[in-house]
Amino acid sequence: MDNRGLVRLFQFTFFAAIFGLWYGVTSTGYVSSIFLPELPVLARAFVKLIISGDWISPLQVTLYEVGCAYAISITAGTFIGFLVSRSKFSTRVFEPLFSSIFAIPLIIFYPLAMLFFGLGVGSKIALGATVSFFPIVLNTISGFSNLNPVYTRAASSMGASGFLLFKRVLLPAALPVILTGLRIGFVLCFLSIIGGETLGSLNGLGHKIVFHAESMNTAGMFTYIIFVIIIAFILNTLVLRLERKGAHYR
Amino acid sequence: MVNTNGPTPDVANSQLPNSDADLAIEARNITQVFGTPGDETSVVALDNVSIEARRGELLCLIGPSGCGKSTLLNLMGGLASQSSGELLVNGGPVTGPRPDEVAFVFQESALFPWNTIIENIEVGLEFRGVPKEERWTRAREAIEAVGLGSFGNHYPGQISGGMKQRAQLARALSLQTDIILMDEPFGALDEQTRMVLGEDLSVMLSQTEKTIVFVTHSLVEAVFLADRVAIMTSLPGTIKEIIEIDEPHPRNPDFITSDKFNKLRNHLYSMLHDEIRKAVERESKLSQNPGAGDHG
Repeated sequence: MDNRGLVRLFQFTFFAAIFGLWYGVTSTGYVSSIFLPELPVLARAFVKLIISGDWISPLQVTLYEVGCAYAISITAGTFIGFLVSRSKFSTRVFEPLFSSIFAIPLIIFYPLAMLFFGLGVGSKIALGATVSFFPIVLNTISGFSNLNPVYTRAASSMGASGFLLFKRVLLPAALPVILTGLRIGFVLCFLSIIGGETLGSLNGLGHKIVFHAESMNTAGMFTYIIFVIIIAFILNTLVLRLERKGAHYR
Repeated sequence: MVNTNGPTPDVANSQLPNSDADLAIEARNITQVFGTPGDETSVVALDNVSIEARRGELLCLIGPSGCGKSTLLNLMGGLASQSSGELLVNGGPVTGPRPDEVAFVFQESALFPWNTIIENIEVGLEFRGVPKEERWTRAREAIEAVGLGSFGNHYPGQISGGMKQRAQLARALSLQTDIILMDEPFGALDEQTRMVLGEDLSVMLSQTEKTIVFVTHSLVEAVFLADRVAIMTSLPGTIKEIIEIDEPHPRNPDFITSDKFNKLRNHLYSMLHDEIRKAVERESKLSQNPGAGDHG
């Protein structure tokens, strides 16, 4: 208990130190406000942004892109992963294949996605779905193919087969590993979509960051950066909760 | 007391009439080969094994590791199919799992960790097609019967190894089969827990008419629980001898310290000792050979 408080204290100190340093170097003029805005200026810009409601449209665009991309990768990843896991042969064919593609920084194909789908939401959805597909499909394969055989033996000795076997044994046994894949997939999906937006886009949170950076409005840029951090934190906490819920018995 | 049924199994069993009503399980000339027969890497796990489980008895299979006792049990339960030979359960040939007649208790916890203890039993009943309203009542009865009444809502990860095996037993009992196959059910437990569970099992058996086939490594467990003990040899697995343990159930804990018990156990020990030694020597040879190949 005491230990936990101490951990929190250190974490708080870490953030306090960063902001302290920030405040120090900007208020003394050691770092120009063109590169790093003064904290009071930033706070005012942030409040102004929140009040203006200008953040609603880019947030909607980004969330729409993440939502679509993630829905595609969950559907395709779990479905294909399950099918591949059904035979040892297809696992041996596809598992290394997907693993090696997963190791490529897929953002290199983003310019191609822009050629195909334009500067709008389409190219971000394509990038996010592709990037997050791989951890999801890989964890789904591993979840279903590394089942403890004693569970399936016990189940079939009790007469389980077909969909009931899937629902009561295969799926719950594989779920913790699949959920980890879904969480990693989500993190990568969000990351690549924000990244894509900074490379070329019409709207979205990443677009706003670059737009403000290019207009030398670092306060505006930082307000959107903070905004992205907050959104990422909220979404990540939600996904992590979901993952823990799925593996509650561990 | 010590009834030697002859060194080879085919003597007694070949004279049996076709599907005896007093026999719950009949295995005739079962051979099980893993891998392609004739191939160098193929293993003869069971060689022409014949054994029967009489209705209502506890038959114990004991032997060195790798003697095919678990293989035999899996065949009896329809979880695998034999290379050759005939296997009858309640007079009918085994072609797959028979959930209505045969229940299993496994060595490691085969409880589903994502279900609570009571859900684990309910899900087994669901597999068997028991109506929803009936499941909870039957599951409740079963966990009461094994003394886990207050742990129904615990997850398997929250209870001890002994309790997990009790829960597995409850699941097997709830299925209301007349045959239960137990694959080293107490093998992973400490000796004291194992003794208590053994005593409880003996009490439970005296109250039911169930036929039980029990695989174990423990001489004490075999003599204490079984009506008959089949000693197996390894690679290829055969039945060396069958010993009758003529002592009523439930067995009194004092039975363990009696002369009768010791004599039976010593006899089992002497029968098993050579087989275990052979098995261990074969294993060490196997593990040396690849090493020699590396140097050569």
